[in-house]
Amino acid sequence: MNSVLFGKRLGTLAWVTAGLLLAAMLMVFFYAPEDADQGFRQKIFYVHVPMAIVTLCGFMVAGIFAIKHLRSGDRSWDVRSYVAIHLSIMLGVGVLLTGAIWAKTAWGHWWVWDEPVLVSYLIVFLLYCCYQPLRFSIADPERQSRYASVFAITAGAFVPLNFIAVRLAEQYTHPRVLSETGGDMPGDMRLTFFVCIAAMALLFTTLWKLELTNKHTAEQLRRLRRRLEAQA
Amino acid sequence: MIATARAILRKDLTIEVRRRESVPAMVLFTVTVFVLFHFGLDRDTVEGDIATGVIWVTLLLAALLGINRLYVAERDQGGFVGMRLAPIDLTALWLAKAVALFVYLVALEIVALPAFDLLLLGPGLDGALPELLPILLLANLGVAAVGALVAALAIETRARELIVALLLLPLLVPVILAAAQATEPLLTGGQSPDDLAQWLGFLALYDVVFVLVSVAVFDFLLDE
Repeated sequence: MNSVLFGKRLGTLAWVTAGLLLAAMLMVFFYAPEDADQGFRQKIFYVHVPMAIVTLCGFMVAGIFAIKHLRSGDRSWDVRSYVAIHLSIMLGVGVLLTGAIWAKTAWGHWWVWDEPVLVSYLIVFLLYCCYQPLRFSIADPERQSRYASVFAITAGAFVPLNFIAVRLAEQYTHPRVLSETGGDMPGDMRLTFFVCIAAMALLFTTLWKLELTNKHTAEQLRRLRRRLEAQA
Repeated sequence: MIATARAILRKDLTIEVRRRESVPAMVLFTVTVFVLFHFGLDRDTVEGDIATGVIWVTLLLAALLGINRLYVAERDQGGFVGMRLAPIDLTALWLAKAVALFVYLVALEIVALPAFDLLLLGPGLDGALPELLPILLLANLGVAAVGALVAALAIETRARELIVALLLLPLLVPVILAAAQATEPLLTGGQSPDDLAQWLGFLALYDVVFVLVSVAVFDFLLDE
C-alpha cells in the first residue's frame, strides 16, 4: 500500500500561505498606488487576475497529471488531477464573479462580451463544469479514472486554443494592445501584483494538499475498518 | 491500422446506406430548424451575421445528432468486445468513426446548404462557394475529430446523450467562432473576407491539435 503521508508539512505550508495572503492584502491596500485612470476599483484586479491565472494553470497541470496517470497506470495521479480540476472550478466561480463586479463598476454592465479574456474564461469554465457529470456517471472506478484522464488531457489542449480563437476574433473588431497587465505598470504595482499571484498559487497548493490528505485519510480509514470487520 | 479503419468504415457506411439512420435524420432536423428560424426571427430572408449564426448553429446541432449515434451499434451489439479481442490497433476505430462522421457532414451539407439558400438566405450562395468550401472542409474535420473522441468518451456513461452535448458544445466553440468569422462577409452580399487566411489557419491548427490528441488518448478509452 502506498503509505506516503500527504499531510507532511501541511501545517507549515498553511501558515506560510496565510502570512503571504495577509501581506498581499496589506500591499494591495496600503502599498500599491491608486490607479490614475481606474481609481479604487482597479484593486479587484489583484484578486481577479491572480485567481484566473492560477485556475488556468490548475487546469493545465491537471492535464499533465492525467498524462502521468495514463502512462503509469498509477491511480494516485488521477486523484491529483481530479482534485486540481475540482479546486480550479470552485475558484473559477470566484473569477467570474469578480470579473462581473469589475465590469459592472467600470462599464455599468454585469457582463461584457468584448473582453476577450473573460469570454474565453467562461467557455473554459463551462467545459470543465462537465468534468464531474462525466466522471460520476461512470460506475466502474477503474474506467472512471481512465475516462476522466482522457477528458483532462483533451480539455487541457483546448485551453490555449480557445484563448487564441477568442483573441483573434476580438482583434478583428477591436484592435487593442496585447497585454493589459504587463507593459507599463509602475514598479510598486507590479511587485504587489506578483506577490498576489504567489499568494494565490500558495493558497491553491495548500487547499490541493489538504484535499489530497483528506481523501487519503478517508481511504486509509476505510481500509482499516474493513480489516477490523474481517477480524471480528 | 489503415486497413482496419477502412474495414470498419465500410461496415459503417454500408449500415448507413441500408438502414439510413443518421444522415436523413440530420437533414430533416436541419430543414425543420430553418423553418423554426423563419418563424422565430419572423423574417423571410436573412443575411450577414444572422445568416451566419443560423447556418453554423444549425449544422452544429445536426452534427450532434450524428455524433450521438456513432458508437451505438458497437456498444449494443458487442462490437467493443470484439475489437478488444482482435489483434488490431484500437485507434483504427476512432479513425473510421471520424471519417464516417466527416462523410455524414458532407452529405448533410450537400442538401442543407442549397436548402438554406432556397428557404432563408437573401444574398445567394453562388458567388461565395469557392471561399465557403475550404471553411466547410476544415470545420467538418474539426467536428469529426472531436466528435468521434467525445462520443467514445461518453458511451459508457449513464446519461450518454446529455454528456455528449455538454462536452461537445464548449469544445467546438472555437470552430464555430472561426467558421462564423470567416463566413460572415461571404453572406453579406458576397464580399470577400480580408482575413480568410487567418481563420483557415486557425481551423487547420485546431484540426491538427485535436487529431493528435485523439490519436494519443483514444486507446485508453477501450482498454480493459
